[in-house]
Amino acid sequence: MTINQLSIFLENRSGTLTKVLDIFKENNIQIIASTIADTAEYGILRIICSDPQKAYSELEKGGIAVALSDVFAIELDNKPGQAADTIKLFSNKDISIIYMYSFLFHGKGILVFRTDNTDEAREVILKSKLHSVTGKELADWE
Amino acid sequence: MIWNPNKECMSRDEMSSLQGKRLHKIVEYVYHNVPFYRNKLQEMDITPDDIQTIEDIVKLPFTTKKDLRDNYPFKLQAAPQSQIIRIHASSGTTGNPTIVGYTRKDIGVWSECMARCLTAYGIGRDDIFSVSYGYGLFTGGLGAHNGVEMVGAAVVPASTGNTEKHAKLIRDLGITGIACTPSYALYLAETMDRLGITKDDIKLKVGAFGAEPWTESMRKEIQERLGLKGYNLYGLSEIMGPSVSYECMMQNGSHINEDHFYPEIINPVTEETLPYGQSGELVFTTLTKEGMPLLRYRTRDLCSLMDGRCECGRTSVRMSAITGRSDDMLIIRGINVFPSQVESVVLSMKEFAPRYLLIVDRINNLDTLQIQVELRQEYFTATFDTPAAIDELQKRLAAKLRSVLSIGVNVQLKAPNSIERSQGKSVHVIDNRKLV
Repeated sequence: MTINQLSIFLENRSGTLTKVLDIFKENNIQIIASTIADTAEYGILRIICSDPQKAYSELEKGGIAVALSDVFAIELDNKPGQAADTIKLFSNKDISIIYMYSFLFHGKGILVFRTDNTDEAREVILKSKLHSVTGKELADWE
Repeated sequence: MIWNPNKECMSRDEMSSLQGKRLHKIVEYVYHNVPFYRNKLQEMDITPDDIQTIEDIVKLPFTTKKDLRDNYPFKLQAAPQSQIIRIHASSGTTGNPTIVGYTRKDIGVWSECMARCLTAYGIGRDDIFSVSYGYGLFTGGLGAHNGVEMVGAAVVPASTGNTEKHAKLIRDLGITGIACTPSYALYLAETMDRLGITKDDIKLKVGAFGAEPWTESMRKEIQERLGLKGYNLYGLSEIMGPSVSYECMMQNGSHINEDHFYPEIINPVTEETLPYGQSGELVFTTLTKEGMPLLRYRTRDLCSLMDGRCECGRTSVRMSAITGRSDDMLIIRGINVFPSQVESVVLSMKEFAPRYLLIVDRINNLDTLQIQVELRQEYFTATFDTPAAIDELQKRLAAKLRSVLSIGVNVQLKAPNSIERSQGKSVHVIDNRKLV
């Protein structure tokens, strides 16, 4: 139901992002989605990629502050209103979204997010029969 | 004007003889009341009878900041607790502050010395004088305060902070003198600009500036902007507080109250005493202190001494401006800061690597302290990957640092291994303040 996401601590300094991206390049890992939570002093780069385990160990070897976490990745139909209806399922249960971003995968919108209550969020997803994208699907990104 | 010509204008011979008598007495006093000194003197095979003249001082052991730390809190106190009427505290090098207890007589001597300073600046009973050093554990506020009361001027205990209100009081009350750090004086000038108060609206004529190093160009700027004359006021809490030395109208060095605080200059490496005129580390022996007398206390301040009668009439030895430190202590907004204090806080939090960098700057005439710390790779985890979580950690560190250093700091989180490693001795401080 969840997929692996990499979070990377980056200082606001030129060159820090390049160093990270080079590690993906050298290891032939495809970045499928990315977003940066930016602050005045640093950013947190979040990445969904084709091989998160390998990326994690290579980044760690490179001395990068990196964390591997599980996030929900829900597949939506390409119709207006889908995101609103989906998120409402969670807010109806008083579950908050901590952060969210989206990407297109094989023509479908994928909503990536983390909530403040993972267990209850799982239940919502099961009951509502939401479709999650899997790590295996992402690994076969081509 | 001279507050106490009897002491301030004493002939050299009389002063030396007074100092010799007082030195003998103080050595005898600590020998019988402070086990730390008795042990030291016994180890060196010295008894109080070996100390008869002021020249004998070179036989005595030095006292360092480390000795104060090792004897925390009261082990260097010579007077019984019932005689102590006030306790001040200043920053120590690692967590423990330096504790200084004063007897009633000590407070009297301090007020007398401070009165000598203020009189030399031209302050008398007709003045209204604002003390804008911090009141509290720091000796600046209360130390200056007592002196103002002694000369009979009206003291306005403004302390620090609330600068707008203070600026208005300076104008509305016709305050004529102020004691504060030189950087606070510049900050005050800026605040007045903002409020539209010009130097023609105020009556300030004297500024007693100290507690941090300052330069002639700062003096010039403060004088121009506030329309006053700025005088140096030197002191350190281990010895007494403000009033150890002071400038007179001639402004050619600061007169040391040497009947109470005997100065020497030493080579900080060989510890050999240097003659007048040569630059080295300033060392003080308290000649009359009862609460916590110190023998040959190494201040770590670098300067030189000059003798000879001053044109103002005083005969006391003068010290030059402080040109630096022989240790790594920083003075930030008048507060002593040691990099080791920062280290002890950083090491106490497992989220950070044991590497840090202090960046000191002066922005809009106020000292700023930024502390860079490295996040440990293994503590950047899945529960930690939001700005909210990182902010919380940053705030926790800033609060700890604030309580240890007594000043606000700006904490900057760096990625692992991003603080530059240097070959050999690592650099922990970058001081960008321009003091020339």
